[in-house]
Amino acid sequence: MKLGLVENLIKVEHVSRYFSLGGILTTNRFKAVDNVSFTIPVGSPQIFTIIGESGSGKTTLARMMLNLVKPSSGTIYFKGRDLTTIHSRKDKIRFMGDVQPVFQNPFSAFNPLKKVDRYLYISAYRFTTASTKSESEKCADIALNKVGLSLPEVKDRFPHELSGGQLQRIAIARALIASPSLLIADEPVSMVDASLRIAIVNLFKTLRDDLGVSIIYITHDLTTAYYISDQIIIMQKGVVVERGEARNILENPQHPYSQTLKQSVLSPTSTLND
Amino acid sequence: MIASDNLKPHDQDVLQLRNVKAYYKTKFFGIDREVRAVDSITLNIQRNQIYGLAGESSSGKTTLIKTIAGNLRPPLRLLEGNILFNFRNHSHPIDIATASSEKLYSVRWKHISYIMQGSMSVLNPVRRIHQSFIDFAFHHIKQPYPKFLKIVQQHLEDLHLDPNILKAYPHELSGGMRQRVAIALATVCKPEFIIADEPTTALDVVVQKSVLKLIKNVQQEMGSSMLFITHDLAVHANLTDRLGIMYAGRLVEEGETKKLFKNPLHPYTKHLISSLPSIGDLSKKNSLEGSPPNLADPPAGCRFHPRCPLAIEQCRISNPPLVETAPKHRVACFKVNPRKE
Repeated sequence: MKLGLVENLIKVEHVSRYFSLGGILTTNRFKAVDNVSFTIPVGSPQIFTIIGESGSGKTTLARMMLNLVKPSSGTIYFKGRDLTTIHSRKDKIRFMGDVQPVFQNPFSAFNPLKKVDRYLYISAYRFTTASTKSESEKCADIALNKVGLSLPEVKDRFPHELSGGQLQRIAIARALIASPSLLIADEPVSMVDASLRIAIVNLFKTLRDDLGVSIIYITHDLTTAYYISDQIIIMQKGVVVERGEARNILENPQHPYSQTLKQSVLSPTSTLND
Repeated sequence: MIASDNLKPHDQDVLQLRNVKAYYKTKFFGIDREVRAVDSITLNIQRNQIYGLAGESSSGKTTLIKTIAGNLRPPLRLLEGNILFNFRNHSHPIDIATASSEKLYSVRWKHISYIMQGSMSVLNPVRRIHQSFIDFAFHHIKQPYPKFLKIVQQHLEDLHLDPNILKAYPHELSGGMRQRVAIALATVCKPEFIIADEPTTALDVVVQKSVLKLIKNVQQEMGSSMLFITHDLAVHANLTDRLGIMYAGRLVEEGETKKLFKNPLHPYTKHLISSLPSIGDLSKKNSLEGSPPNLADPPAGCRFHPRCPLAIEQCRISNPPLVETAPKHRVACFKVNPRKE
């Protein structure tokens, strides 16, 4: 670990990712993410939102931040450390404990043939000092309490016995076991009912305010983004077209693409014809 | 207890549901299990109307569609009730529950069609789009192939789609385009009744809006009726004429969409509408405590009472009937309609 003052929790510097199309010999390249930079400072937990339609490179960016995909150019620093220098198993586990994902579809995030509490125990063994069954259960219970559930509700249950909202909260609880400083939530509410969306986004707010977890919230839903975000970037075809303070941007978008996005948001008072 | 008499059948109605009960009944190792997915639903859908149905997952929306379309395969069974379709060129209404399979075959897709949620699973991934059109509609249009193809091409042009997509495979089209093709497929026979089951849920905002516009235009041009199902109330507010709110297999409130949004009466509807986030609104939104009931073992009385902030003793004992409180506005809640002893 590098000593000294670490200013940024995560720093994304001129990051691009290309995917080549066709065979080995072609030079066709598809730019999924093109020269994206942003930082999240350490010490002031915030909800950082990435907005864009499908195919705008949101998920590729998230996968790069999780160190699942290497950037084609540019660097990502997490707590001052370049992600490409993480090699040893110990470093990898430490990084995974600090940056945790929450995925889009809670129904496919859990194996339907395994009990859901198993995932909580495995995370507890791996990322905490728990080494016995009772210790891991205790860890799981603490994490579940943070998301408004308790272990008896979840214990010995299969995914099909739980509702989508409960499963998504268990997925978030699983991520919290490692006590991460950054959660990367890739469209966490798009597969969940509208009535449960609010429960999940309220949970993110509590995590930020009470536990001090920074959250990268990836979505195409502008209304929940407005409701919870602090900072926002709007992406179109891999390029950041607008960035800044979330409420200012969403109330007053400047870029034509952001304006189209805002106009397309349906609300009880809007009409289809404008 | 059945409050169905306050909805008189009318000539203008294309669909009348009278006290429909459809349960999933299973018997494994001697244990009977009954899932009451659709419980005593009475509603009428008028001609040239978009009727919206909202409710969270597992509230019985999809089971209701299956029942309406006559797709009753075990373990789903229709216990009682009538599903009457009143088509323009038919002298007698058709009761889906008792109609013969030949009758159902002639009515489906020609008069009742269906826009499904996952457009990728509607279109056959290994066949070109025009072959999907043949599979679905050739039998119903009853024209020789060259003329059939012309009708399909004309229909696609009417929907502002390029007729060349007929040669494409589904994977070559984007999600929004596939959904538009699914809409074209469902409307090619000019049906009088269209069922749309969450057609825009998988799409993002920009595409969603244009697909909704397309649905509305098609519906208005053909003068057909539509049953539109989604859990997203913002979509209902923009598209539907009438809105029914379902909770745990029952209809809890029904009314004209605009009035319902202005003046929701049932506590569940109130919660749904007040919890919609919107740009420019910074107030704290609350979520409902608890989770929707298990339909195999629903709570006694009003099914919403364990989560209801207004629940009184009566709610735990008996089920509130769906009563007309204002013209064309029905609510099932004891707090709104105190029972007269």
